[in-house]
Amino acid sequence: MLRLIGLIPLLPVAGVVINGLFGRRLSRRAVGLVACAAVGAALALSIGAVVQLAALPEGERSFEVSLGSWLPLGSIDGREVGIDWGFALDPLSALLLLVVTGVGFLIHVYSVGYMAHEPDVARFFVYMNLFMAMMCTLVLASNLAVLFVGWEGVGLCSYLLIGFFYDRPFDERTGLSCADAGRKAFIVNRIGDLAFLIGMLYLLLEFGTLHIGELGRAIGAGHASEAFLTGAGLLLFFGACGKSAQIPLYVWLPDAMAGPTPVSALIHAATMVTAGVYMVCRMSALYSAAPEALAVVASVGALTALYAATMGLTATDIKKVLAYSTVSQLGYMFAAAGVGAYTAAMFHLMTHAFFKALLFLGAGSVIHALHGEQDIERMGGLRSKLPRTFWTFGTATLAIAGIFPLAGFFSKDEILWSAWSTGHRAVWGLLLLAAIVTAFYMTRLAWLVFCGEFRGSAATWGRVHESPASMTVPLALLALLSIGGGWIGIPKVLAAGADINVVHHWLAPAITPVGGAAVHGAAQGGSAGSAGRGEHGAGDEFGAGTGFDEEGEFGSGGASGTGGERGAAGEFGAEGAHAVGAEHGAAEELALIALALVAAVAGILLALAIYRRAGVAQRLARQSGPVYTLLRNLYWVDELYDAAIVQPFYRISRISGAFDRWVVDGLVNAAGVGAEITGHVVKLFQTGFVRNYALMFLLGAVAILYYLATV
Amino acid sequence: MQTLAFFVLTVLAVGSAAVVVGPWVKNQVLCALALAFNLVSLAGFFFLLDAQFIAFLQVIVYAGAIMVLILFVLMLLNVQDERRLAAARPFQRWLGPAAAVAFALIVVAAVRSGGGALRYPQPSAGYGTVRALGLELFTRFFYPFEAISLLLVVAMIGAVLLAKRRL
Amino acid sequence: MAFGPQSVLAVSAVLFALGVLGVLLRRGAILILMSVEIMLNAANLAFVSFARQHDHAEGQIYVFFVITLAAAEAAVGLAIVIALFRLRGSTDVDELSLLKW
Repeated sequence: MLRLIGLIPLLPVAGVVINGLFGRRLSRRAVGLVACAAVGAALALSIGAVVQLAALPEGERSFEVSLGSWLPLGSIDGREVGIDWGFALDPLSALLLLVVTGVGFLIHVYSVGYMAHEPDVARFFVYMNLFMAMMCTLVLASNLAVLFVGWEGVGLCSYLLIGFFYDRPFDERTGLSCADAGRKAFIVNRIGDLAFLIGMLYLLLEFGTLHIGELGRAIGAGHASEAFLTGAGLLLFFGACGKSAQIPLYVWLPDAMAGPTPVSALIHAATMVTAGVYMVCRMSALYSAAPEALAVVASVGALTALYAATMGLTATDIKKVLAYSTVSQLGYMFAAAGVGAYTAAMFHLMTHAFFKALLFLGAGSVIHALHGEQDIERMGGLRSKLPRTFWTFGTATLAIAGIFPLAGFFSKDEILWSAWSTGHRAVWGLLLLAAIVTAFYMTRLAWLVFCGEFRGSAATWGRVHESPASMTVPLALLALLSIGGGWIGIPKVLAAGADINVVHHWLAPAITPVGGAAVHGAAQGGSAGSAGRGEHGAGDEFGAGTGFDEEGEFGSGGASGTGGERGAAGEFGAEGAHAVGAEHGAAEELALIALALVAAVAGILLALAIYRRAGVAQRLARQSGPVYTLLRNLYWVDELYDAAIVQPFYRISRISGAFDRWVVDGLVNAAGVGAEITGHVVKLFQTGFVRNYALMFLLGAVAILYYLATV
Repeated sequence: MQTLAFFVLTVLAVGSAAVVVGPWVKNQVLCALALAFNLVSLAGFFFLLDAQFIAFLQVIVYAGAIMVLILFVLMLLNVQDERRLAAARPFQRWLGPAAAVAFALIVVAAVRSGGGALRYPQPSAGYGTVRALGLELFTRFFYPFEAISLLLVVAMIGAVLLAKRRL
Repeated sequence: MAFGPQSVLAVSAVLFALGVLGVLLRRGAILILMSVEIMLNAANLAFVSFARQHDHAEGQIYVFFVITLAAAEAAVGLAIVIALFRLRGSTDVDELSLLKW
């Protein structure tokens, strides 16, 4: 089945074709069935492929397939260069693939129920399937060009799906319509994509290849300067900022809530926005060799985490709160990658997919029950009428807040510990603050929606009903994943010294740690260096034979690896050498875990204290005056962009439009007018007067005669 | 003697041509008669230049047949006196004569500067006789001769067709 | 003879110019035709003069043909004038102005 991984992106395409061509003629059920079946088949194929992959020995878990040559590019500097339709499965892509297809499948099933009252269901599922195909392409890509195809493709589908209700208005504050929101998303993404493309081209020119494995090997062999790699890394990261909504390109994600809720759940929570994180982890070879780029990644991630969390404190649209939450959590992931903890980032990506999708689908359930109401100020007390939604939503809230033993606890914790132990104290501080704020606003949201008294109209209350099974079953499944999803990443310190961090072991061979040797692909012998706890960036040149014997050492590079079987992670092989150091780390770690837990609980309790009694929140808002206004208006960033960038651009466009109309068209019209004038002049010769014509003859004859006579 | 004849004939020819062309005589039949006079003076010219056969031809065909034809038609159609060129056509009234004069001047200037002879040489014996012309006509110019007879047939047919009241 | 080819050609040129003037300034169709005859005659004169000058009968042959052609042309032209007269009731060429823009 591994050989068929090229089929995984193509199965949803079959859904696109069928629903695209025949969707309008099929019944609603058939359309939904086709769409879900396409994704389900992709899921099944993915599971099969990953199982087969897992059966391979640890150092050799990599499988590549090529569906043919795409761009044979001749030669650059004498090297043959070309781009293939290459797909590869390795531990990293396997993880994300399962998340994407699994969560995607659940959301497709959910959508059948959610979109039951909408016309144009066929178009919706066509776009959804297209998105799945593009996302799988992105995940499975073996070279940056194919990845970029998927990157652009998901951007396109995002645009199509955000603007799905193209004629509906969206935001009263800014006057945006849903179509405008889609356009905004696409354009902001484009800006990032340009940087991504430039970075890609630089890499192509320098290394002659875009194949990720080959790039990793070339970088590991030291063929490029650190400055170059930093530049390329920053360019690629800017693209990731666009796709994954980090500062400064996050502005599209809150407005992307204009799309139907399943879209928000799938694209803007679980899958598309995580593409940036995935890309950074895939290119770990590059980033690990460019520490300054990593520093930027970490800073941006941490800042965004706190910044977005603060905006969620005052938002009143249920989906927008979740959107800010997503931006914030993505910041966590980038911060993790930025401190070198790539596995932590991917782990959090996975758990976040579970509980964020659950949160969105739960929100969708609420919106569906209230027939379109999204303002939490008109909700409340829905717990009694929507029990299943309430319990699953509550689970997700606790998970995202990081309460033991739910999924979010483990992943968030690993990130915090990685930041602390690699010396990035400022990052740790920001992330801890963000955790408190996260716990606060999520509890606020849950409380205002489900508890207390209902603040809407009585008529609406009467029509509230729990969602159908097609919607609540995926909720339940996601809730289970949110509870148990973190148990595959239990740190050693909590497992009484046993090393059962499955995620770690799984991902380690596919990641190049900071300062360690590149490992990607089976061709490299001697896998060394894990990305996990206690690793340091010790800026020695990689590939040098000697390993370091410090705390959190890493094995030496491939040169000294004998037969490559030092196990998945060097640190485990030489553990005994510094048992003392490990224990010292353990105490620290436990302390930090406790601190984080306390912070989360504090956030929850604070929120409950404020919102339990009526009027407290409003008083606080009034007293904090300017701060509240700042948050409520989202730091006026949208207005800033509009004034600084969009409006000048429109002005330039109007000028060139006028130029086009007056100068360019004017020239063309002038030619026509000139011909007309010439005609008016020439027609005066046509007098109809025969003797005039004779005179013309004579004049001509005289002229010729004169010429002949004088020549 | 011949010079005198030449001048007299010149005056007659140019004068009658002027009558035909000019604005002094409005009656079209009188103009036709002036034309006949012009043709005969030209026949005189031909005589002067020893082209006897051609001179006769001119009188018989041109002044005899063609002029009669023209007079026939004039009388048939009972044409009225001619009205003059309207005053509102300055372009025609001034540019026309100017161009014609220019034309004549150019030709004369060309002739004079071309180094043309000032005197006629003596003609050979039998020059301009029927015999000489006949010899040329039926040997070298046989083909044009036949062609022009065809042309005459065509012209005849054409004239009849054009002038019929109903085809 | 005291006159020479140049004089005769000058006369021919003047006659031709007069004919042209007639075509340009005269209004009756038949008068125009007559002016054309004048032009043709001027040409004939030039031909004869050259023939005499070079002592060759060829020029006279040309005159022969020109006269014949003039006859044919006069016939056809007059037929056209008759047809025109039937249409318009007069031979005034200024009335034929349908080609005016």
